[in-house]
Amino acid sequence: MKSLDPRIARAKIELDNPDFSLENQGHFPTYEVFHQKKRGAQHQHVGIVHAPNPEMAMLYAKEQYTRRGKTANLWVVASSEIFATEYFDEDMFENTPDKKHRDPTSYKVMDKIKAFKENQQNQ
Amino acid sequence: MYGNAYIDPNDPKNKLIAGEDPAKLQAFEETILAGKKIEPQDWMPVNYRKQLVRMIEQHAHSEIIGALPEGTWITRAPGFRRKLALMAKVQDEVGHAQLLYAAAETLGKSREDMINDLISGKSKYSNVFNYPAKTWADSAVIAWLIDAGAIVNQLANSKGSYGPYCRALERICYEESFHLKYGHDNVVHLATGTKKQRAMVQDALNRWWPPIMHFFGPSDKESVHTEILMRWKVKMASNDDMRQQFLDMYVPKIWDLGLTLPDKKLRKNPETKKWMYTEPDWDEFKRVINGDGPCNAERLAVRRMAEQRGRWVRKAIVNPKDSYVKPFA
Ligand SMILES: [Fe+2]
Ligand SMILES: [Fe+2]
Repeated sequence: MKSLDPRIARAKIELDNPDFSLENQGHFPTYEVFHQKKRGAQHQHVGIVHAPNPEMAMLYAKEQYTRRGKTANLWVVASSEIFATEYFDEDMFENTPDKKHRDPTSYKVMDKIKAFKENQQNQ
Repeated sequence: MYGNAYIDPNDPKNKLIAGEDPAKLQAFEETILAGKKIEPQDWMPVNYRKQLVRMIEQHAHSEIIGALPEGTWITRAPGFRRKLALMAKVQDEVGHAQLLYAAAETLGKSREDMINDLISGKSKYSNVFNYPAKTWADSAVIAWLIDAGAIVNQLANSKGSYGPYCRALERICYEESFHLKYGHDNVVHLATGTKKQRAMVQDALNRWWPPIMHFFGPSDKESVHTEILMRWKVKMASNDDMRQQFLDMYVPKIWDLGLTLPDKKLRKNPETKKWMYTEPDWDEFKRVINGDGPCNAERLAVRRMAEQRGRWVRKAIVNPKDSYVKPFA
């Protein structure tokens, strides 16, 4: 069957070229991509791109992460520039959820106010 | 906890974990068992890394090669709206490949090595893309049913254990929902159209049914190997289970349109609730995946051309200060 791909059928590119291979340029560094939906909103981490420099990282990020919906602004940050906690230190955050005294819901005064008012009326 | 599934790493049967430090292996498996994700900087067994690289890389190749059979229909898409939609879909697929190459790179294999292995035929990609999209209806059937199959597979894998792969898959699945709707819309348009349009989509369906049945691969062998990969959440569902899920979701939708499928045995067993079908021709599957399909050579040739002709761009972005000497033509 004749090929349906115009690059094969019309441009007639070479079907076999076993010697071709890319020169290995090593890994491009990783950049973290942060996306802001609208002015004033928080930038949100959406993923990574690999690129040789920040300008290219921005170009790839734009192609990859802004194809749908709204975008006001994009950041790319070299992953190596991020100072992060280690997962094996995760336990240092363990008792945070227990700190109920930081929670607005742990302050319930209505019962006391109600009792106080009833008390006043009865006097 | 190992539970009762403790596997002796020194038993030669358990090649996947041979030579691994038992304490580290245990901590690694506990992390996965607790439903936590593994991140690139974490310790992982050699074969966990190997299997994941292979899997993510093949997935990336499938996206990039998968753009080709549909891509050839962009210039011939009937109408401007469909042309725009198909371009958007094909661009998404290439984007999926980029996300996946990036995820695989976090495991230590460079993108150039992956592309080289694709072009040399060392790495595989989904077999279905070695078949041609003969008519516009083929492109509709691909967009609907091949993407539907991909979604079943990708949704399962997005619950896996490797963080970067899961995150890429979540984004991919979100975009796939448009592909599925777009493909369904095209198939429905043809199936509810003129006699000629109906004949065209039926024809495409007949052509694509065998590759679709091949899509999830042959039944998994029951082995320690498979068991470990499931425990490591590298493999998330058996091939047969995914095929059943696909049949259950899409065969009724196909029949709803008054279309038929070229398999007389295909029906759901009301007792077992399982679909029965003629066993796909796995010899053909093996032959095609090993290079002898109708389009293998041209798919790779197109990919190679893209890499070859794009080489100067890659060089230029790495060394932006190099000056341009030879005219490009
Ligand atoms: Fe895709
Ligand atoms: Fe898709």
